Amino acid sequence: MNYEPVIGLEIHVQLKTNSKMFCSSPNNPDETEPNRNICEVCSGQPGSLPVANREAIRKAILVGLTLGCEIAEHSKFDRKNYFYPDLPKGYQISQYDMPLCGRGETEIVFEGQKRKIQITRAHLEEDAGKLIHEGRTSLVDLNRAGIPLLEIVTEPDFRSPGEAKIFLQNLRNTVRYLGVSDADMEKGHLRCDANISMRETGDIDLPPYKVEIKNMNSFRAVEAGLEYEMRRQSEALGNGEKLISETRGWDESNGLTLAQRAKEEAHDYRYFPEPDLPLMNFPKKYVQELRASLPELPMQKLMRFIGEFGLPESDAQTLINDKNLAAFFEETVSELQEWFKEEGMPSDDEKKFAKLASNWIIGDYQALLKVSDVTPKESRVKAENLAELIKMVSRGEVSTTAGKKVLAVMFEKGGDPSHIMEDEGLRQVSDEPAIAAAIEKVVTANPQAVSDYMAGKKQAAGFLIGKVMAEMQGKANPQMVNKLLEKRFTR
Amino acid sequence: MDKLLHTSLKEMRAGLDRKDFSALELTRQFLARIKKFEPKLHAFVTVTEEEALKTAKEADELIGKGESWALTGIPFAAKDLFSTAGIRTTASSKILENFVPVYDATVITKLRDQRAIMLGKTNLDQFAHGSSTETSYFGPSHNPWDTTRIPGGSSGGSTAAVAAGLAPFALATETGGSIRQPSALCGVSGWKPTYGRVSRYGVIAMTSSTDSIGTVARSVEDLVITAEAIAGKDDRDATTSAAPVKQWSQFLKRDLKGIRVGVPKEYFIDGIEPDTEKRIKEAIEQVRALGATISSVSLPMTAYGSMVYAIVTPSEISSNLSRYDGIRYGYVSETASDLFEIYGKTRDEGFGDEAKRRIMTGTYALSAGYRDAYYLKAQKVRRLLVNEFKHVFDKVDILLCPSSPNVAPKLGGAADNPLFGYIADQLNIPGALAGLPALSVPCGFGKPADGAVVDLPVGLQIIGPQWGEENIFRVGYAYQQVTDWHKAKPKGFE
Amino acid sequence: MITKKEVQHIAKLARISLSEKEIEKFSADLNKVLGYIEVLKSVDTEGVEPLAQVTGLENVFRDDRAHPSDVTEAIIKNAPDQRGRFIRVKGVFE
Repeated sequence: MNYEPVIGLEIHVQLKTNSKMFCSSPNNPDETEPNRNICEVCSGQPGSLPVANREAIRKAILVGLTLGCEIAEHSKFDRKNYFYPDLPKGYQISQYDMPLCGRGETEIVFEGQKRKIQITRAHLEEDAGKLIHEGRTSLVDLNRAGIPLLEIVTEPDFRSPGEAKIFLQNLRNTVRYLGVSDADMEKGHLRCDANISMRETGDIDLPPYKVEIKNMNSFRAVEAGLEYEMRRQSEALGNGEKLISETRGWDESNGLTLAQRAKEEAHDYRYFPEPDLPLMNFPKKYVQELRASLPELPMQKLMRFIGEFGLPESDAQTLINDKNLAAFFEETVSELQEWFKEEGMPSDDEKKFAKLASNWIIGDYQALLKVSDVTPKESRVKAENLAELIKMVSRGEVSTTAGKKVLAVMFEKGGDPSHIMEDEGLRQVSDEPAIAAAIEKVVTANPQAVSDYMAGKKQAAGFLIGKVMAEMQGKANPQMVNKLLEKRFTR
Repeated sequence: MDKLLHTSLKEMRAGLDRKDFSALELTRQFLARIKKFEPKLHAFVTVTEEEALKTAKEADELIGKGESWALTGIPFAAKDLFSTAGIRTTASSKILENFVPVYDATVITKLRDQRAIMLGKTNLDQFAHGSSTETSYFGPSHNPWDTTRIPGGSSGGSTAAVAAGLAPFALATETGGSIRQPSALCGVSGWKPTYGRVSRYGVIAMTSSTDSIGTVARSVEDLVITAEAIAGKDDRDATTSAAPVKQWSQFLKRDLKGIRVGVPKEYFIDGIEPDTEKRIKEAIEQVRALGATISSVSLPMTAYGSMVYAIVTPSEISSNLSRYDGIRYGYVSETASDLFEIYGKTRDEGFGDEAKRRIMTGTYALSAGYRDAYYLKAQKVRRLLVNEFKHVFDKVDILLCPSSPNVAPKLGGAADNPLFGYIADQLNIPGALAGLPALSVPCGFGKPADGAVVDLPVGLQIIGPQWGEENIFRVGYAYQQVTDWHKAKPKGFE
Repeated sequence: MITKKEVQHIAKLARISLSEKEIEKFSADLNKVLGYIEVLKSVDTEGVEPLAQVTGLENVFRDDRAHPSDVTEAIIKNAPDQRGRFIRVKGVFE
């Protein structure tokens, strides 16, 4: 019996605003001093009242638009009533039946295939505080209480843990591109619970149960948790067990899920419309303006990098995962394109150079960034400089190896590649007579290698080329060396 | 000097500015009276003597420089529902018995900014749940007209204080009669504003969709001065209107020519005490004599008002009282051994019966399976009530009726009169649910139905359309130009 | 008619540890509510929207400006139990 998973996600994204959702306390999720960013409103003092943060609403709608959601024309806040020490008012201001964002649809690319994922809804609410357990007591820190949260619920459209992970990565990139959240799962800016059930492959009905998995603190954990559940549930079903809806917690250290203590009754949240907050309405014109203000989103950029520049998916994905890296890549390519126009070069070369740019950026450039813990914006390498370096390498003016050195110098001091090349004496020699002279010298000094080479031994070729390079202090154009060496022995 | 204590706010202002007396002298006078008469009245929970004297000195400085506002140097009392930073605010409850707020209510800030002088916090029904002050954790207040009787509620402490001359005006709140009814029972003038006129920020919440923040004083003219000082949009209360605060004093006239008065027939039902009914009818005639036209109107939805209220109010209360859990402030049970007991015992021990009753009722009405049938249905009927008032105010400018169906009953007497709450509700609740403004003004005296030979105040209720403060102040003021009821003083408080 | 079990359930939802006597007392009150709702059911509210805001206000928002509060210490000090800057509370069971 083959089973396939039916997976849905419930995601909470902390929105990056200056102040909290319903009061003007600072919104700083990384604050370390407990109870620093609190006031009478978010600490639930008697008589305090909420007022909604306009910017949080705008940011929430932007995210909803990127998910293809219908933006509600009329919306409101509701009270969700329950008792917990991290919930100061004894209720959370959330949205019940008139969420900001209704149904939507978004696309992911997984293993080369495009897949549509439906969004059920997305709504705004306030975050709760934090509890730290200490012995038989708990310590309450309300810094986080009141921070705006966007809760996104997807339909159970994922058919593999990998898809869920891609969706989360895309979502993270999107909200970063929009500037609405840092979405760092490890820091709690983005939280994800998943629900999964298994059905026979090919079945179209939803299974009669679903297991909710909580406590996954990274994208990897989400994938691992779902994979574990797939195995566990398949095995159980295979053994003829009947599975029930339950909540399980992911245990990172042991790589498994554990059943959580069965709750006595389902929560009765006694939702009712928040009387302290007037209704909201969003005219179509307003939503249109917001839509027009959306920047190009990661998914669109990914498609464009693959289509327009012919980059392989993995390269494109790496670039778009960092908004600034992607921007740097595009600037570099744009500089190169200027050059193509001037030279009247054929258009396939464009793709070749885009790939070169991508290689340089993903490879050496990114490595330099990591080592010095610097962002593309902060780095001293300008796009026009990198473009020029790429040009020079492709023309053979400098070897690839030398080019890496030039890049390193540019990274540290800034400057222009041709100057650096001169200063460091890295100009590659493609001067035929000079190389030929060096070859003669090496051939004379290494008769054994020469006979091996003539006998067809490949290592000998490498040895001889190496000797020639050393003779020319590494500045010889290796392709040229190879060509002349061949020519020398094919008379 | 004592006659000072019964002058109007306008005259007090003039006297202070002329330096006939200082704010400090004035304050000392009132504080002395409070000391003398509090044992009889129990109108105050906390007297803020030090605060008052300090503010009085600041007020005198400003007056000395010629920089006074309308209420600079004028003493007042505040119902103990208004958060006052650094000064205990109890809601007359055990759970907040020793609670000290960390911030001021907006209305308190407005008065502090003017250097009006807070004399103390007045007693109320616990969390404003009631109409007699008998549910106060600290014991009831007494009616100055007969101290064996209730002052009404929930703002009974405020009305008793003003009636006995312990404060020239007082802050009060109303959700369903809590300003009008005690004003009537204590023979003072009370203003319940349009919902959204005055900021609720910092006022301990009862029914968020209905709570209105008002004042009681010795005349409508005084009420208008207080209204101008406290009304207005507050950025911290999203339910306040941006409608400009008019200088209502400019609209006060001596006649009521052109004013159309409606008398709702549903508000004159069996159960209203005979003397009360007589006084109201006389008052209506006086209003007619001032030039207004009187007609009978009908508000058939009136009977449903109490039922809507009985569901909406506890529902919101049950949510608003959830924050009282013994964790961040207030009383916590000493015998609680775990979190569940912290919640359960603290709330069982800290809340009085009425609060618990309302929390239970509200939780039930909102709970799964019932919310749609109860709360939402009640809110639909509420909309019908609002619409009905809108239609009636197309035909008339104000409504007149009693503020209370009876004069003050004896303490503990509510149990004997089963209709006590019910009929009173009919008069005050529908308007409250619709967020309408209203005044209660003294209109005479009557004998109680329990047979006692004592004359007790009767109050005339003046209801206006939404945002109709202009209408009600005008009618109340004109009425008080041709009557003296509002000037009467209870015996024994000289 | 509301059952004792239902009343106990409501008390638990509301986090109030009622005594037996209180449970009995409040049962009567909850039954009254049932009575009111029967009356309200007779009112025709077809097509009527529930009233949430009597003022008719809509779209009331605040600008996204942070104002650190100066009463953070006072808030912490008001708590019945503290540890440093934390508010402390007895055992929370997962």
